[in-house]
Amino acid sequence: MAKPLLLVDGLHTGYGSTEILRGVDFHVKPSEIVTVLGANGAGKSTMSRAISGVTRPWAGTIRFKDDAIERAQPAEIVARGLIQVPEGRRIFPNMTVRENLDLGAYRRGRSRRNVNRNRVFSIFPRLSERQSQRAGTLSGGEQQMLAIGRGLMAEPELLILDEPSLGLSPLLVEELFVLIKNINAQGIAVLLIEQNVVQSLEVAQRAYILDNGRFVLEGPAAQIANDPDLKRTYLGM
Amino acid sequence: MKTYLPIFVVVAVLALVPFVTASNVVLNFLVVTLLIALAGQGWNLLGGYGGQYSFGHAAFFGTGAYVTAILQVQYGINAWFGLLIGIAAGALVGIVIGALSFRWGLRGSYFSLVTLAFAEVLRIVASVAPITGAGVGTLIKLDLRPEAFQFQSRAPFYWIALGLVGLSLIVVRGIENSRFGAYLVAIRENEDAARALGVDTFSVKLAAMIVSAAITAAAGCFYAQYFLFLDAAIAYGTWISIDALLAPIVGGVGTLFGPLLGALIIKMLGESTKLVTGGAPGLDLAIYGLLLIAVVGLAPRGIAGLLSALVPRRFRPPSVPEHHHG
Repeated sequence: MAKPLLLVDGLHTGYGSTEILRGVDFHVKPSEIVTVLGANGAGKSTMSRAISGVTRPWAGTIRFKDDAIERAQPAEIVARGLIQVPEGRRIFPNMTVRENLDLGAYRRGRSRRNVNRNRVFSIFPRLSERQSQRAGTLSGGEQQMLAIGRGLMAEPELLILDEPSLGLSPLLVEELFVLIKNINAQGIAVLLIEQNVVQSLEVAQRAYILDNGRFVLEGPAAQIANDPDLKRTYLGM
Repeated sequence: MKTYLPIFVVVAVLALVPFVTASNVVLNFLVVTLLIALAGQGWNLLGGYGGQYSFGHAAFFGTGAYVTAILQVQYGINAWFGLLIGIAAGALVGIVIGALSFRWGLRGSYFSLVTLAFAEVLRIVASVAPITGAGVGTLIKLDLRPEAFQFQSRAPFYWIALGLVGLSLIVVRGIENSRFGAYLVAIRENEDAARALGVDTFSVKLAAMIVSAAITAAAGCFYAQYFLFLDAAIAYGTWISIDALLAPIVGGVGTLFGPLLGALIIKMLGESTKLVTGGAPGLDLAIYGLLLIAVVGLAPRGIAGLLSALVPRRFRPPSVPEHHHG
C-alpha cells in the first residue's frame, strides 16, 4: 500500500461547546480520489475546515506528507500543497477571472503563474474565453469552475472540494465530475466532499459515509455503491 | 512608471496654485482640504482597499499631533524630527489596535466599534492627562522659522501638505500594484476565500493598519504645526474620524484619488453652506448633512465611481468595492 498523503487520526472538533466531529479516522493516498458522503449536518464541511486549518481540532492528529499540520495556520497548509476549495463558490466577484486565478498563484512566483494559468485554461477552456470578465458576472457553473481553477493555481498535491456540485444543474454536474477526473489524471489527489452519492461514487476509488460526526461506512467506492446499508444509513430508508 | 504619471501630473498642477493666488482664505481652505485628503488616504488604504471600516482614525491623527506637539513643548525636540516620531507613534498605536482586534477576529461593524472605542479612550485620557495639558490644551510656541516647521506665509505649508499627499498617493499606488495590495483587496472581497488561498489574513490586515495609521498620523503632525494648538476634542475628536472616512466614501472608496476628490467636495460643501446660511446657527450643518446624503445616495461608489462609469471598462482600475458588511 502506498504511503498515505493525508492521514487523519481520531479527529474531534466543533464550534463553541457543540461537538461536530466525534472521532474521525481516514486517509487519502497520492493520486487517489476519495469521497466523503453525508447528509446536511453530518459534519462534512467542518471536516474540510479542520483539515485546512480554518477550524481548530479539539483532539486528534492530521498528517500531510508525514508532517503534523493540526496546529498549522491555513496559509502554511496551503504552502505545503493542500488546497481547499470552500463550499459555495467563494470567488472575488469584483475582480476579473484572471485576477481571481492569479491570486491563487502568488505564492508560487511569477513564472509558475503563467504555466499554471495555461494549465487551468486547458482544463477549463471557458475560463480562458472570459479572462477579463468580472467574476461576479459568470454563471453559477462557471463560478464553480473558477473556484476550482483558482485552487489549482496553487499547485496542490491534494485538492479538497467541498460540495462542488451544490446548486448546479444536472448537466453541469455531469461536466463537473468529468473535470474532476481530468484533474485527478494529472496526478492530483482529490478529497471530494459531496451529497451527490451516485456520481461521487462513480468517480471515487474509495468512499467514507459520515453520519452524526462519525464514519458509519467505508470501503472501495464500487462496493459502497452496492451496499444495502448505504440506503439505510445514509438516505434513511 | 506609467501608473505613477497621474500622481505627478495632479501634484504638479496643484503645486502651481500659490503662484495664481496669494489669498490666505483660498490657501487656508486648500491646506485644510489636503489635510483631510491625507487623513482620508490613510483610512482609504485600510477601509477602501482592505474593507476594514474604522470609525476611530482619530486615534492615529491625535497621536501624531500630540507626539509632535509634546516633544517640542515639553522636551524641546525639533518639530521636523517630531514629525517623524509622531508618524512612528501613530503606526505603533495602529499595531496595538490592529493586533488586538484582528487577533480576536473582529470583522465588520465589530471592528468599527472597537476602533471608535479606542479613539474615545484616548480622547478621555488626553483630556485629563497632565502631559497633554489636560483641559487647557497644548500650545506650541510661535517660532516662525522653517527649521522649526513654521512659516510666515501659507504657501510653504500648502506645499508641504501637498508633498505629504503626493507621498501618500505614491505609497498607495505602490501597494495597489503589489502582491500585498492584491491580498488586501482579496480580503475585502471575501476574507474566507482569501484564507483558503493561503493568504495570511492577520498579517496582511495588520500591515495595512500600520501603513494606514502612519499616513493619518502624518496628517495629525501637520495639523499641530499648522494650527499650533491642540486639545483632546481636536486631536482625538470624532470630527477627524468622520472626515477621514467621509472623504474617501464621497470621493470613491478604494480608489487612489478618491480621498483627495472627496476632501475637496466635502470641504466645498461645508464652506458654501456656511456662506449661504449666514448667521442661522446649526442650519449650515443640517444642509451639509442633507447634501452629503444626496451625494452618497446619487453616487454610491463615490465621485470616482461616477467618473469611471463614463470611461470604458478596460481603462478602469480593477475591482471597485461594493458596500459589504459581514
